[in-house]
Amino acid sequence: MSELIEAVLIKNGLVFAFLCVGLLMWVSFWVSKHVLGSKIPGVALAIVAGLALAFLGDKKGLADVPLFAGLALLGGSMLRDFAVVATAMGADLDKIRSAGLAGTVALFLGVTLSFVLGVVVAFLFGYSDPVSLATIGAGACTYIVGPVTGGALGASSKVIAISIAAGVVKTIVTTVATPLVARSIGLDNPHAAAVFGGLIGTTSGVAAGLAATDPKLVPYGALTATFYTGLGCLLCPSVFFILLRWLA
Amino acid sequence: MTIYGVALLALCFLVGKITGTLLGAAIGIDGDVGGVGFAMLLLVVGNNWLKHRGGLRRVTEGGILFWSAMYIPIIVAMASVQNVRAALTGGWVALLAGVAATVGGFLLVPVLSRIGRPAATQTEHE
Repeated sequence: MSELIEAVLIKNGLVFAFLCVGLLMWVSFWVSKHVLGSKIPGVALAIVAGLALAFLGDKKGLADVPLFAGLALLGGSMLRDFAVVATAMGADLDKIRSAGLAGTVALFLGVTLSFVLGVVVAFLFGYSDPVSLATIGAGACTYIVGPVTGGALGASSKVIAISIAAGVVKTIVTTVATPLVARSIGLDNPHAAAVFGGLIGTTSGVAAGLAATDPKLVPYGALTATFYTGLGCLLCPSVFFILLRWLA
Repeated sequence: MTIYGVALLALCFLVGKITGTLLGAAIGIDGDVGGVGFAMLLLVVGNNWLKHRGGLRRVTEGGILFWSAMYIPIIVAMASVQNVRAALTGGWVALLAGVAATVGGFLLVPVLSRIGRPAATQTEHE
């Protein structure tokens, strides 16, 4: 009997995922309100609980467990991007326009800063060849820029794995830390959200972090963050790598 | 009708994604550059344009607002399918590089927020 029920749930994975997320959020909001006295927002709690559950699986997180495979569709890039675009309905065109310049500066500075910090850390850990340094620096941008750069430059698979891991760390730290530091860095208005999206750039992390901080800020942060990975893939294997080789 | 809203959202989404992919191909990247951003701009501009002409019907708008409201549950699902173990297998280099890049970004938010910021929002808290 339990096999039959499980088969139904696996066969209707997406619908089961709706139920799972609904339950997880209900529990998170209940705990937030009654246990934590609303000090930590329910959304933030639900996202952190999601990350914790991801440890039950491997590469695809909880979706590696056959019963929960539907979560990969619900939480995949297609529906994520579709819903992120929908949040633009609540965005104000004038606010986007006024944040344009700051957002663009933030993008270039964000990619450059992440790359430089990643290179410095890798150098301190004993990496000295420009290819490995550039790949790890690119990984500090996002977990997509890392492997794209490493692939283009012919880095070793170990270094590419490190670059992906660096990007994943960035996504997780952004998700968890954004609501905690938002107030102290003045992240409470659309203008700052656009700057934040450009500086941090990990679309998943920015979206999740802002959702846990203030859902109204999501469209502004997502708007700039979406250009970050492309800019990183453009700069890291070319301009940045050439500069690095020249310095080395 | 609700489906009109969903279809309009789908149109903006796909046009944005195609634009992003073509832009990526033009600069030699196998991927999507700013596709979501283009789609969002299209929706914001389109919505603005329609507002001057009476706006979308409420039911039609509902088709878009539903997906906008599903955004947080989708993010929760996304968190649960992250490759969190990879974050640990990369060792200290990955951990420190990722943390340094994030903290560096956080610290620059207040600095860059000053650029082109309208005077009115200095005191305004939203």
